Amino acid sequence: MKRLLGLTVNGLPREVAVDPNRTLLEMLREDLGLTGAKQGCGEGDCGACVVLLDGVPVNSCLVLALEAEGREVTTIEGVAEWPSLHPVQQAFLDAGAVQCGFCTPGMILVAKAMLEAEAAPTEQSVRRGISGNLCRCTGYQKIVEAILLAAERMQSLEGARR
Amino acid sequence: MNEPYHVIGGRAVRLDGPDKVTGRALYTDDLHRPDMLHGALLQSPVAHARIKRIDTSKAEGLPGVKAVLTAANSPDVRWGVSPARYDETVFAKEKVRYVGDEIAAVAAVDRETALRAVELIEVEYEELPAVLDGRRALEPDCPQVHEAYPGNVCAKVEQHFGDVDAAMPKAHLVRTDTLSSKMQNGAFLEPQCALAEIDGQGRMTLTSSTQAPHYVQRTVAMVLGMPEHKVRVVCPRVGGGFGPKASCSTLELATCLLARATGRPVKSVFTREQVFLHSRARHQFFHKMTMGVDAEGRLLFLDHEALIDGGAYASFGIATAYYAGSLLGGPYRLPNMRFTSVRVVTNKPVCGAQRGHGGVIARALFETQLDRLAEALGMDPIELRLKNVMGAGETTCNDLNMSSLGMRECLEAVRDRSGWAGRPRRQEPGRGIGVACGFFVSGAGYPIYRSRTPHCTVVIKVDEAGGGVEVRTGAAEIGQGCETVMASIAAETIGIPLDAVRVRSGDTDLALDLGAYSSRTTLMTGHATKEAAEDVRGQVLEALAGAMKTPIEELKFEDGLLKVRGGAGNAEAIRDEYLKEHRGWAIPQAGPNLTFAEASRLAFLERGAIVGTGQYRPPALGGKFKGAAVGTSPAYGCSAQVAEVRVDLETGQVKVERIVAAHDCGQAINRTQVEGQMHGNISMALGEALMEEVVFGKDGRILNPNLADYRIPTALDMPAMETIIVESREPNGPFGAKEVGEGGIMPTIPAILNAIYDATGAQIDEFPVSPERVLAALKRRRSGA
Repeated sequence: MKRLLGLTVNGLPREVAVDPNRTLLEMLREDLGLTGAKQGCGEGDCGACVVLLDGVPVNSCLVLALEAEGREVTTIEGVAEWPSLHPVQQAFLDAGAVQCGFCTPGMILVAKAMLEAEAAPTEQSVRRGISGNLCRCTGYQKIVEAILLAAERMQSLEGARR
Repeated sequence: MNEPYHVIGGRAVRLDGPDKVTGRALYTDDLHRPDMLHGALLQSPVAHARIKRIDTSKAEGLPGVKAVLTAANSPDVRWGVSPARYDETVFAKEKVRYVGDEIAAVAAVDRETALRAVELIEVEYEELPAVLDGRRALEPDCPQVHEAYPGNVCAKVEQHFGDVDAAMPKAHLVRTDTLSSKMQNGAFLEPQCALAEIDGQGRMTLTSSTQAPHYVQRTVAMVLGMPEHKVRVVCPRVGGGFGPKASCSTLELATCLLARATGRPVKSVFTREQVFLHSRARHQFFHKMTMGVDAEGRLLFLDHEALIDGGAYASFGIATAYYAGSLLGGPYRLPNMRFTSVRVVTNKPVCGAQRGHGGVIARALFETQLDRLAEALGMDPIELRLKNVMGAGETTCNDLNMSSLGMRECLEAVRDRSGWAGRPRRQEPGRGIGVACGFFVSGAGYPIYRSRTPHCTVVIKVDEAGGGVEVRTGAAEIGQGCETVMASIAAETIGIPLDAVRVRSGDTDLALDLGAYSSRTTLMTGHATKEAAEDVRGQVLEALAGAMKTPIEELKFEDGLLKVRGGAGNAEAIRDEYLKEHRGWAIPQAGPNLTFAEASRLAFLERGAIVGTGQYRPPALGGKFKGAAVGTSPAYGCSAQVAEVRVDLETGQVKVERIVAAHDCGQAINRTQVEGQMHGNISMALGEALMEEVVFGKDGRILNPNLADYRIPTALDMPAMETIIVESREPNGPFGAKEVGEGGIMPTIPAILNAIYDATGAQIDEFPVSPERVLAALKRRRSGA
C-alpha cells in the first residue's frame, strides 16, 4: 500500500507516493528520475549512493524513502548553481579527480558537507572524511587534492566576501 | 625535447568531466525505456551438479511474468572468449559447474516480480563432488569438471627459448622460490547492467556496461543467430571495468534473448553479489621459478612453472596461461627462458582478464627473486636491475621487440626521487623500502579471433556549418579517458583547439574497435584517430589551396587559425569571394586569419561533406613458435616503483607509507590522465598485495561476496603517491605515445613485498599479505625454516 511522502528535493517541494519498503535511493532514481546517485552495492559499503539528508551525508540505499518525510534532500543534481559549478565540482574537474565517475556524485556530496563543517581540513581529515566512499580508479590521490583545492578556493572566496 | 604541441602533453579537463560531476552522465542502469521489462537470472546454488529437472510452470504462472527462458527454449550455441575454447552456453545444459552458473532468466513487469519468479523456478539437482582447489584438479582421481577438458586441463603451455639446461651449470648463483595468490575481484563500482531492445526493422540494440562492444556484438549475433549488421552494441558511461567487463556475458545474452522473446525492452542489472559470482577477474596463480645469475649479477636463465586455477570455464584463460610466462621476457636481458603452465578448470566462478592480465603475479615473484639474488650477491637491488635492463631496439628471447623502452630512466628516476641511496637498509626494525620494475603490452598484437581485420577504424566528420568536428569511434570510454585522448589527438593533428572537437564512442554503428583491453586504446585508436584527422585536415586544406591559389604545403592550422607561410594570406579576398552568405544573422567578426570555422565551411561549400577516415592494424609481430602471438605488441610501456612500508612486528599489520612511481608512456597525451592511470594501477595492486581475497567455503560458495568483507583500499589505506612521467617517444605510437593503463600495475606488488622483506626479513610466499601471513612468515624466519 503506497503512502504519500512530502519532502524537499534540491530546494523544491515534492510529493511522491511510495511503498513503505522503498529506499530513498530507489525513490530518487526511479520515481523522481534523479539518477545521479548510483547503486554500487545496495548494502551501504561503497558510498556511491550518498545524498545529503538535512545536510548530512547518508547512504541512500540504507534509508527508507519515508524517513525523509518533511526533510531536505540534496542530490548531485542540486549542487551546482547554473551556470557555475559548485567549487567542489570545479575542483574535481581541475584536479583530475574524475575517472569512471561512478563514485563521483557521492564523493562530491561528502566533500561538500565536510567543507561546510570544517573549512580548512588537513589531508588526513579529508582522507578520513571520504573513507566511507570507495573508488577503484583514482587511488584517491587526486580526489584528496581536489577537496583540498576546493577548501582553499572556498576560503579565499569567503575571505574576499568579508 | 618535446615538439611544440598545442594540445597534447597538457592537462586539459576531461571531456566527460562536467557531466560526471553534475550527475548528468548516464550509465546503463540510469536508462529507462517506455514499456520496459526487468530481467533476472536464476543461478546455481551448488558448485557441481547434474540438472535432473527444471520446472518453470509456477514462475510462468506468476502475474506480471512475460518470459521464462532456460536451455530448453534457448539457442544451443557454444560461445566464450577464444574460438578455440567456446565452452559456455547461455543457460546451463545438463550440468551446473559453479555456484552462480546461470540456469534460467525471467522478464517481468518489474524487478520485484522478476526476482520472485526466479525463486519459483524449481530445479532438481544431483550433486556431484566439486573440485575447489586448483592443485587437486590435476590429481588422477579428481572429478572432471568438463568432458572437453580431460584431467581438468583447459590450457597447457610449454615454451623454451634459448637453452636453460645448458645455461644452468654456468650460473654463479641459482635460487628457487614459489609464490601463490588468491582469486581476486575487479571490484569496479558499477555492477554490470544490460538493456536490450528490438526496433521495427528487427534490429537488436544492446546497451551495456561493457569494455568491448565489438566482441559483444559478435557474440550476440552468433548466439542469437542474427546477422552482425542486425546487432548494435552501445556502451554509455561505464563505471570501471579493469578486465572483467571485456568479454560478453550471460547477463547480456540472456537480456537480448528476453527482449526477443517479449518484443519489449528488457533491462537486467547485477547485484554486488552477482558481480562476485560472475567474476571473470584475476585468476589464482601458483608460481615456481628458478633463476640463475653469474658472479656479476647478469641474468642467465629463468625456469618457470605456473599452475593457474581458472574456475569453471575458459574465458580468457588460454591467453592468461601464455601471458603468465611471456610477460617475463623483458624488461631485462634474459637469454634463456623455459615456461610451463597449466590452466585448470575447477568448480569456482570463472576467472578472466584483469589489469595486467596474466603477468601480475608472475612479475611479483620474478622481482622478489631478483632482490634475493641481489642480496646473496651483496649487490644493491637497483644496481642489479640497472645491470640487466634492456634498451630501446632490443628484442627479448621470446621475440618481443622493445621499440622504445625507458626502463633505465624509470629506475633512475625512482632511485633519485625516493632518496634510495641515502636509506639505511635493514636497520630500523619494521621499516623497509623496496623496488621493482615491469613492462606491458601497448595493445595485443592480434585480435582474439583470427582475422586480418583492422583493430580499429575512426571516422571524423566536419560540421557542415564549419567549425566543429566529431570523432566517431567504437572505443569504449570506461573511465580511462579515451574520449579526451582521441579529441586531443584529433585537435593536435588538425591544428584546432580541443574545444572544437567532440567525441562519440562505444557504439558499433560508429566504427570498429576491438575495445578497452590489453592497454591498447591510446596507441591503436590513437593511430586511427590521427589518420582520420590528417584526412580531414588534408581535405579542408586542399579546398583552401585551390581557393587561395597557394600550394597546400604552405597552409596549416594553428590553434584554429589558418596560417599561410606563417601569415594570414589573402584571407579577406577569400571571405569576399567564398564566404558571403546571407544566414540571417551576423557572423562574429573574424581577425586577419581565416578561422577553421570559415575554412571548413568553405571546404564544405566547395566539396560537400567532409569526412575523414583512419584505421590501424599492427604489422605482423612476434616469432613462429606456438603461442608466439600472446605478448606481442607494437610497443611496450614500462615502469619502476619504490615502496616504503611500516610493519607492526607484533600484529603483522603492514602499512604502505609512500610509493614513488615512474612510468614510460612514450608521450603523455594528457598528463593528468597519465598520473590518474598510474594512481589507479597502484591502488588496485596495493589492494591485491595486502587485502583482496575471494574466500570460498567448503561447498564452493563465496563467503565474502560484498565490499565490506572483500576489502579494497579506502582513502585511509592509500599512501601518498609520487608520480614521474618518462617519455621515450615510441616510434610506433601516435605522437610517440604508448600505454599506461595496465603496465603501471606491474611493480607495485613486488615493490611492497621487497619492502616487507627489507623491514622484517620475512619472505612472503602467499598473498594477500594479511597480518596472519606476515606473522607466519616471521615465525618461519625465526625458526630458520
